[in-house]
Amino acid sequence: MLSYIIRRLMYAVPIIIGVNVLTALLFFRVNTPDDMARKILGEKFVTPAAVENWKKDHGYDLPAFINTDEHGAGIVTQTIFFQKSAPLLWFDFGRSDRNNIDIGREIRGRMWASLAIGLPTFIFAIIINLFLAMILAYLRGTLLDTWGLFICVIMMSISILFYIIGGQFFLGKALRLLPISGYDTGLHSIKFLILPVIVALIGSTGAGVRFYRTVFLEETGRDYIRTARAKGLGESRVLFKHALKNAMIPVLTNVVVSIPFLFYGSLIMESFFSIPGLGSFTIDAIQAQDFAIVRSMVYLGSILYIIGLILTDISYTLVDPRVVFD
Amino acid sequence: MPVILATDLIVFLVTGGAIFMAYRSTRGNGAVLREIKQNRLAAVSLVFLCLYLGTALMDSLRWRDVAVDENGAALITEDGGAVYESEALSLLDRALSGLRTGTEKSYSAPFASRLFVKESMELPDGRVTRGYPPLRYPGTHILGTDKVGSDVLYTAIKGIRTGIVIGTGTTLIIIPFAIFFGVIAGFFGGFIDDIIQYVYTTLSSIPGVLLIVAFMLLFGGKGFQGGLVSESDVFLSVFVPNDRLFWLCLILGITSWTDLCRLIRGEAMKLRELEYVNAARAFGVPGSGIIWRHIVPNLMHIVLITVVLQFSGLVLAEAVLSYIGIGVGPEMGSWGNMINTARLELSREPVVWWNLFASFLFMFGLVLPANIFGDAVRDALDPKLRYR
Repeated sequence: MLSYIIRRLMYAVPIIIGVNVLTALLFFRVNTPDDMARKILGEKFVTPAAVENWKKDHGYDLPAFINTDEHGAGIVTQTIFFQKSAPLLWFDFGRSDRNNIDIGREIRGRMWASLAIGLPTFIFAIIINLFLAMILAYLRGTLLDTWGLFICVIMMSISILFYIIGGQFFLGKALRLLPISGYDTGLHSIKFLILPVIVALIGSTGAGVRFYRTVFLEETGRDYIRTARAKGLGESRVLFKHALKNAMIPVLTNVVVSIPFLFYGSLIMESFFSIPGLGSFTIDAIQAQDFAIVRSMVYLGSILYIIGLILTDISYTLVDPRVVFD
Repeated sequence: MPVILATDLIVFLVTGGAIFMAYRSTRGNGAVLREIKQNRLAAVSLVFLCLYLGTALMDSLRWRDVAVDENGAALITEDGGAVYESEALSLLDRALSGLRTGTEKSYSAPFASRLFVKESMELPDGRVTRGYPPLRYPGTHILGTDKVGSDVLYTAIKGIRTGIVIGTGTTLIIIPFAIFFGVIAGFFGGFIDDIIQYVYTTLSSIPGVLLIVAFMLLFGGKGFQGGLVSESDVFLSVFVPNDRLFWLCLILGITSWTDLCRLIRGEAMKLRELEYVNAARAFGVPGSGIIWRHIVPNLMHIVLITVVLQFSGLVLAEAVLSYIGIGVGPEMGSWGNMINTARLELSREPVVWWNLFASFLFMFGLVLPANIFGDAVRDALDPKLRYR
C-alpha cells in the first residue's frame, strides 16, 4: 500500500513540474514583467524608471528563463522562473504584487472559511442526492420517475447565478429569514453559512440526482440483483441493501476527487455571499490584476487536483477488493 | 460593406453543419431522426434550438452602411473612395430597429406608459413637480427598459448570438485537435500515447476557471476599436480576431478539449483491436488509411454526443464568467452581463425585476431545449449510455 502511494506520488512529479512551467510561461513570457508593472502602476504616464524600480522591488528584474550573465548553476537559478516558480514546489508562495502581503499566510488563514461552506455542502449534497436518486430508481418507469427526471433537467438548465440571486432575494430580503451575505468568527458564522449551503445544494441537485440514478440503475441491471430478486427478496430490500452498497463504489470514487477542493472555495459563492475564503481571495486578486496571487492559486488548485486523483485511486482499492495495488 | 468577425464564421460553420446533419439524417438509417420523432419533447426542443440558431445567424450577417452627412449625401474620401459608418449593423439590428432605437430615459416596467423613476416635470402652467413622466414609446417595451432606457427584449435577443457562439464555437475549435491527438494516442500507443496523456493530464489538472481567468486577463484586453474605416480593412477582422468572444471560445476550448481527447483515445484503443481493423491491416492498408476509413468514422458519435452535451454547460459558464468580469465585454449583449446588472436592481425599492426575468427566460429557453435534445441525441447514438 505504502509503496503504491509513493509510486503514485512519483507519477505526479512530472505533472506538477509541467503545471509549474506552463503557468510560468503564461505569466512571465506571454505577460512580461514590464506589462505587469505597467498594469499595476497604471497604464498611462509610467516612466521606464518607475517600471524598472517596480521590477526590482518585486524581484522581476532578472531574465525570464536563462541568465547568460551568470555562471554555473546561476544560469538557471538567477532567473524569474527559478526565483518565482521553484519555491512553489515547496509551497513558498511569496508575496503579492500589489499589497506585498504574504500569500502563504493569507491562504492558511482563509481556507477555513472556504471549508466551512464546502464541507457541509459536500456532505449534504451526497446524502440528499443519493436519497432522491434512490427514490427515483425505486419508482423507475412510473410517471413520478419521468417527472422527477424532467424536474432534474429543468434544475440543471438554470444558471447557478439565478439560484444565488433568487435565494438572496426570497430568503434574505423578502422573508428576512437569513442574512443576505457576510461572515463572522466561530459559531456565529453559522447563520451566515445556511443560505450559501442551501443555494449550493439546490444548484447541485439536478445533475447529482440524475447521475446517481444512472449509477443505481446500472447496478440493478447486474446478475447478483437478479439473483436476489429470484430468491424472493422485496424490491426495497434489493435496492437499499444490495444495490446501494455496490453503487457506493462509483459514487465514492466520483466524489473523492473533489475532497481536496473543499479548502479551495468557490469563486462565485464566496463573492456573492462575502465569505472571506480562498474563492473571494482569488476574485479580489483577479479584479486587482495581482498576478502573483492568481499564479499561486492556479498552482495550488493543480496540486489539490492531483491529490484528489491519488485519493481516488486509493479509494478504489479500499472500497473494491477486486482492485489490487498494482 | 460586409464585416465578418471570426465569431461570425463560427455561426456560419455551425449553421452549415446543422444543415448538413439534417440532410444526412434524412438519408442513411436516420437513427437520430427516428429517436427525435418518437420523442415529442426533443422535437419541440429542436424547433427552439433552430429558432435560436436562426436568430444568431441573422445577428451575424452584418454590414456597414455608407456614412452620410447631415444632408443625406454620401461622404467620400479625398480620392473618391467611400466612407463607411464605424458601426456594422447586423440583419437582426435592422429588423428590430424599432426596438433598438426606441429608447427611453431610464427604467420602465413592461408595457408601462410612464417611466419607473420619478423626475422633475414641468406642468403646462409652468410649475415644476416630481412625478413619473410619460414614455416616448408607451406600451412598446414588452419586457421594459433598463437603466439607460434601452429595450430589455432587444438586449436579451442580442444575447442569443453570444450564447450560441460560446456553446458551439468552443467545441468547434477543439474538435480537430481532440480527434487528432486522441486518435493518434489511442491508435499508435506507446511513446506518443505517453506524451499526449502527459499533456492533457497536466492541462486538466490546472483549475479551469483560473486558467480561463489568467488567459482572459492576458489576452482579452483587446476590445473592438471603432472609428470610421476605409474599404481596405473589410476582412481584416476575420484574420485578426479582436473580439473578446473569440478569445473566450478559444480558452474555454483549451480547458475542455482534454475530456473529449480522453474519450476519443479510449475509443480508438478499443477500435484498434477489432476484427475489421485487423483485416484492413492484413490487407496492407497503411495506418493513416485505417485511421481515416475505419477509426474516425466510428468515433464520430462520441464527438457529436460530447458537442451537444457540452453546449448547455458552456452557455451557463459564459454567464458565470461575465459575472466575474472576464466574460465578453460590456459592449456586447450577453445574458451574463444582464444578470450582473440585474443583481443590483433587485435591491432597489421597488424592485426592478424585468432585466433578470428576461435573461432568465432567454437563457432557460436555450439551455433546457439543449439539454433535452442532447439527451435524445445521446440515447439515439449510444444506447449503452441510455438512461433506463
